[in-house]
Amino acid sequence: MLRSKPIEGDLLKLQKEIQGYADEFGLDYFPQIFEMCDYDTINILAAQGGFPIRYPHWKFGMDYDQLSKGYRYGIQKIYEMVINTDPCYAYLLEVNNWLDQKLVMAHVYGHNDFFKNNTWFSNTNRNMMDIMANNGSKIRRFMETHGQTKVELFIDKVLSLENLLDMNHLFETNEILKSRNKKQEQFKSESENGNYVVDDRSQALKSFMRTNDKGQEISPELPPEEEDISAEKFVGKGEKDILRFLINHAPLEPWQADVIACLREEAYYFLPQRITKIMNEGWASYWHSTILNQKALEPSEFIDFASIHAGVMAMSKQNINPYKIGIELFRDIEFRWNTGRFGKEYNECTDLYEKENWDKKTNLGRQKIFEVRKSHNDITFIHEFLTPEFCNRQKLFTYKFNPRSKRMEVDTRDFEAIKQKLLTQLANFGSPVIEVEDANYKNRKELLLRHKHYGVDLDMQFADQTMRNLFAIWKRPVSLATAYEDKEVIFTFDGKELKTAS
Amino acid sequence: MDHPIKRDHSRFRKIVKGKIRENLRKYISQGQQIIPKGNDQFKVPMPSIDIPRFKFGDKSEGGTGQGNGEAGDPIDGEPGEGEPGEGEAGEGEGKKELEVEMDVAELAKILGDELELPNIEPKGKAKLESTVDKYTSIGTIGPDSLKHLKRTYKEALKRQMSMGVYDPVDPRVVPIRKDYRFRAADTKVEMENSAVVIYMMDVSGSMGEEQKEIVRTESFWINLWLKSQYKDIEIRYIIHDATAKEVEEDVFFRTRESGGTLISSALKLCKEIIETDYNPNEWNIYPFHFSDGDNWSADDTKVCLSLLDDFLIPNSNMFCYGQVESRYGSGQFYKDLSAKYGTSSDDVILSKIKNKDAILDSIKEFLGKGN
Repeated sequence: MLRSKPIEGDLLKLQKEIQGYADEFGLDYFPQIFEMCDYDTINILAAQGGFPIRYPHWKFGMDYDQLSKGYRYGIQKIYEMVINTDPCYAYLLEVNNWLDQKLVMAHVYGHNDFFKNNTWFSNTNRNMMDIMANNGSKIRRFMETHGQTKVELFIDKVLSLENLLDMNHLFETNEILKSRNKKQEQFKSESENGNYVVDDRSQALKSFMRTNDKGQEISPELPPEEEDISAEKFVGKGEKDILRFLINHAPLEPWQADVIACLREEAYYFLPQRITKIMNEGWASYWHSTILNQKALEPSEFIDFASIHAGVMAMSKQNINPYKIGIELFRDIEFRWNTGRFGKEYNECTDLYEKENWDKKTNLGRQKIFEVRKSHNDITFIHEFLTPEFCNRQKLFTYKFNPRSKRMEVDTRDFEAIKQKLLTQLANFGSPVIEVEDANYKNRKELLLRHKHYGVDLDMQFADQTMRNLFAIWKRPVSLATAYEDKEVIFTFDGKELKTAS
Repeated sequence: MDHPIKRDHSRFRKIVKGKIRENLRKYISQGQQIIPKGNDQFKVPMPSIDIPRFKFGDKSEGGTGQGNGEAGDPIDGEPGEGEPGEGEAGEGEGKKELEVEMDVAELAKILGDELELPNIEPKGKAKLESTVDKYTSIGTIGPDSLKHLKRTYKEALKRQMSMGVYDPVDPRVVPIRKDYRFRAADTKVEMENSAVVIYMMDVSGSMGEEQKEIVRTESFWINLWLKSQYKDIEIRYIIHDATAKEVEEDVFFRTRESGGTLISSALKLCKEIIETDYNPNEWNIYPFHFSDGDNWSADDTKVCLSLLDDFLIPNSNMFCYGQVESRYGSGQFYKDLSAKYGTSSDDVILSKIKNKDAILDSIKEFLGKGN
């Protein structure tokens, strides 16, 4: 079924060469495996988030449809495909020329190093290839038992809530590790003792449930006075991990809980990539550029490389190109720490001439960027290292909609405004912050969510449909407290229609 | 074995076409509407289904960009356009509708792909081969007019770099004779064949603006497809109420008369045009008739049927009748034709076009046979 094969011959030699340079520069990576595939295969992989096997769902078909059309009509071309696993898999396209392959390989070593060392990735399961395949066969089995459409309908509803994740989940480093190990051991000893009933539930779900002697499932997260309705009010309050909340508290059939657990696990797996897009692409670009320019390029390849590289780095007026901003910020940091342009003395210097020619020959640049790639995510990266000089040099600006001319217009080049805008866009990985306010709203087991409004309204059409999907899972009226057009409102979907109360 | 994603893919296609999962229909962003944009340029949005999520409302948000410009300058050329930046806030999976600008030939190909139209097998003797020059390759000799500036520049740059005379501070690149590159022609063999499309339209009072708009859009696509299939194509236009006359394209779409309707008048004129200008042995002939289905009398319908049987059907590739629904039209003519020829005939193709959304289905009905 998988239609890619390991590289061999000259390409393998090329990989050895590039890997040698990566070592020289001190990159620290998982074992790297390159596979060669044709365009259709890379489209399939890309549509499935890089993985050869996923659960059956039309959304993968949709992405595949767009990617293959994009390719056929000459609109877009996938350059690189690399996934965060150990060993790290990356795919090369057989129609690419030698220089393309060289560039992609160097780029991939950058990503690989980032996956392995960036702290936000430290809890991702590097065995995701297997997990995804297992989730796939599990959901396939549910479809055989309950019917494809029924399961697909449910998946659609869960996908609707897939972006309601808690970023702090990635913080819980030691705790998670400990509890995971504990659970695994427990699982092991239980199965060794033979009193563990082998069931189909995924590892993901098991982390929520323990099977007691009678085979009843109890959730460890619920307080013992679960029966007491008055306690329900406090259940889940402040919970941002809505999928976890639903697994624990929604009236679900076992297979439904399992589907949510699978999808939640996959969503969290992709989360670190979503919050480090600028850094990750910047870091990989920094290394393909460094490795090729300083080591790997043949003289005859320079011009073509410059042309490809320029294409990847193209600026856009509508958007920030993460490759461009990422690589430039890393270079800027390297330069500042090489010349000593940081710290109290430099910041407090008021002599412009002196500041512009500041060079303390600190030469800490390389060391600094390795530290940065380890401990930051996009938000802290921008927050800490974006400088007015950088914005100016990179010609950054903010734009906004002008209702009079009905078009998007350049708003300002003010540093604080740009930084604020960027941070707003990056906050909570670009999704609105939504949390459980009350799981026993009106004392009727209704669910009240709160949208933490930081200045931007929700798209109400989408919110309406999302609430319908949530209702289908919660099975009781669902409300959302938010601000809309400068007014505090509560939207309620009661199973029939969306109502508003202020 | 095929990869399982092909099943996901066909499921997606079925959802988009409305065959399964009706409940998802409301999320489909209409991908199949191709929008003409300027001179022979088109925007092609691809169909996609948006899974509803809690997300930020668009317009007010704005974003950040990179480049030149003063406050108040639009961030892209055209007013009213410009999508707000999603911000690369890591939403790598969320896709926006793809919009592409492309030319007529590519567009025809997409139309063919989307509607699964078969290629037309040109009929008759007109299968002479002829050669055409297509400028698809690059050579080192050629006239100035065919100079490929970008390639020439690249060669010159390469030469200057390797000779060590390139100066990054003053990056002047001057090509010499050896650097010049030219577009070069490849000779391709094409079939010599030609087709004529004759559009007839009822312009009597019952055909309103909306109906004409449908005909206009539909004829645009039909022309596009036939142009991609034949080397030469001619298009003629006939309007009629109780009498018929030949007109220019813009008149065809603008005229509105108030008289009664004799469809036979148009068919007669169509016959005359074919007899004078187009020898059926050399031409592929496509008569298209659009009306709201009203004809004045059953007698005239009889005349029409005999015109079809005696001349138009034997001499054309196919006869196409498109019935546009209007508030006043009875739709009788469709019933008469389908009673005689059935709805699955290869020679007489009938299509009912309810509204704008039905245009693509109707095009598929007309062109889906490959005649």
